Amino acid sequence: MNERAIPSSAAKRRELVLEMLQPLAAEKGVELEDTTELATDLDLDSMRVMELMFDLEDQLDISIPQNILPELQTLADLLREVDRLFES
Amino acid sequence: MALLDKLRQLDQQRKQLLTGPEPAGLFTDRIDSPTHAIVNGQPMLLFGTNNYLGLTFDPASIEAGREALVREGTGTTGSRMANGNYAMHGALERELADFFGRRHGIVFSTGYSANTGMIAGLAGPGDVVLIDADSHASIYDACRLCGAEILRFRHDDVRDLERRLDRLGERAENALIVVEGLYSMLGDRADLPRIAALTRDRGAMLLVDEAHSLGIYGARGRGMCEEADVESQVDFIVGTFSKSLGTTGGYCVSDHPELELLRYGSRPFMFTASPCPAVVACTRSALASLRDRPELRTRLWRNVRRLHGILARMDRWELGEPSPVIPLRFAEPALAIAAWEELLGRGIYVNLVLPPAAPNGASLLRLSVSAAHSDEDIEAAGDALASLASAVPAPSIP
Repeated sequence: MNERAIPSSAAKRRELVLEMLQPLAAEKGVELEDTTELATDLDLDSMRVMELMFDLEDQLDISIPQNILPELQTLADLLREVDRLFES
Repeated sequence: MALLDKLRQLDQQRKQLLTGPEPAGLFTDRIDSPTHAIVNGQPMLLFGTNNYLGLTFDPASIEAGREALVREGTGTTGSRMANGNYAMHGALERELADFFGRRHGIVFSTGYSANTGMIAGLAGPGDVVLIDADSHASIYDACRLCGAEILRFRHDDVRDLERRLDRLGERAENALIVVEGLYSMLGDRADLPRIAALTRDRGAMLLVDEAHSLGIYGARGRGMCEEADVESQVDFIVGTFSKSLGTTGGYCVSDHPELELLRYGSRPFMFTASPCPAVVACTRSALASLRDRPELRTRLWRNVRRLHGILARMDRWELGEPSPVIPLRFAEPALAIAAWEELLGRGIYVNLVLPPAAPNGASLLRLSVSAAHSDEDIEAAGDALASLASAVPAPSIP
C-alpha cells in the first residue's frame, strides 16, 4: 500500500486519478478527458479494472463497491463516484 | 448492441483463441471409471475431474441410487416448498449436520445454488458482503442477486480485508465475509485462522465455501475449517456434492437456527426442483463412505504427493504446496492451449483455464488428482507432462 498523503481536495483526487490512468491512456494513444470511455477508449478489461480499483482504494483510503462498477462508464463517472465515496 | 451480436462477439473471441479442439467441443462417449473414459473417440486418462475420492463408480452408491430410482422414480417434479420435499432430503440434511457436528443443515439442488441461495438469502439491500477477489463465479453471481453492497478484497490478503472492515466502522458488525477453504483454480488455501479471528473481532459473520476441500482436509474430512481448527468460529459452511461425493447438489451447515428460515427466504432454494431421489441416495451413500473410509483420503494424499513430487523434479513448474488441485502456469494463452492439445493427443485430459476465468489473468492447465488414480496413471501423466518440452515451446514459469 502506498503510504503517501491522502489527497483531500477534489482537484488533488482528480490529479491522482489522471496520474493513475495516464500510462494506460498513453498505451492506447488516448488523451484523457471527462468523456473518455474507460472500457472502450482505454480498453480496460475486468482484470485491469480490478487492479485500478484496488490502487485507487489504497491511495484514497476508500472502498469502491462492486455494485457501482457497471455505472462507471467514463472518466467523469469515476471521478464523481470517487468524490462521493471520499466525502461520505 | 443487439442481443445476438453479443453472442457473435463471444464466438469471434473463442475462434481467435482456439483453432483446434476446444473444451466445450469435447464429448465423453463412454466413461469407464473415475479415471478412464473415451473422449471424442479417443481413450483418455482423466486428470481434470474434481473426482477427488473417486466415488463416482462406488458400488454402494450405485446400488443406493438404483434402489431409489426404482422405489421413488426419476425426479421429484417440484421444489422443496411444494411437492418435492421428500423424507430423504430431510434425512440427508440431518446426516450432513451430524457429520459436521452442527445443529442445522440445508440441501440445495446444485453447488452453484448453495452459494447463491445462502449469500442472497442472508444479505440484502443495506447489508455489506466482503468477498475474496478470487472467489468462484457462483459467489460473484450471488452478490449480484442479493442487492447488498459488495466489497472485494485482494486475494487472501487479511490486511486488505481488515482495512475494508475499518472503513465500514459500525457497519462491519452486520457484514458477511465470504471466502473459500481451498481456491478452485490455484489450489491455494485461505488463511482461515486470521480471517476467522478478524471476523470475530469485528462482530461480523463468516461463510466458508468448502467445495474443493470437503473430504480432503481435516482429521474427519470435514474440510479446511476442520484442518485449521476454526470450525467453531465459522457461521456457515457451504459445499457441493459434485466433487468429493461424486454426485450433484450443494449444502450449508450451521449452528444458527435461522438457517432453517432460508427455506422460506432463499429464492435459489425455493424456486427450483429438488434433487432427484437417485442423486440423494447416491449422495447419502457417498457421505457415509467419506465418513467411514478414511483410507480414501489417505490414498488421495499419497497420489497428490506422488504427482507433486514428479512435477517438482522436473524443475520447470511454479508449484505451491501439495494439493489435489495442481495448476500449471503458462506465459500466455496460446502456450497453454498448445500444451492442452498436446496432452489430449497423448490421451491425458486436464482442464484448460484461460483469462478471465483464472486469477490474475493467468493461463493454466489445471490438474486434479483422485484417490482412484493408480500408480501407473500418475506415472503416465508425469511422462506426458515431461514430454511437453519437446512439443510445446517454453511451457513454464511466466
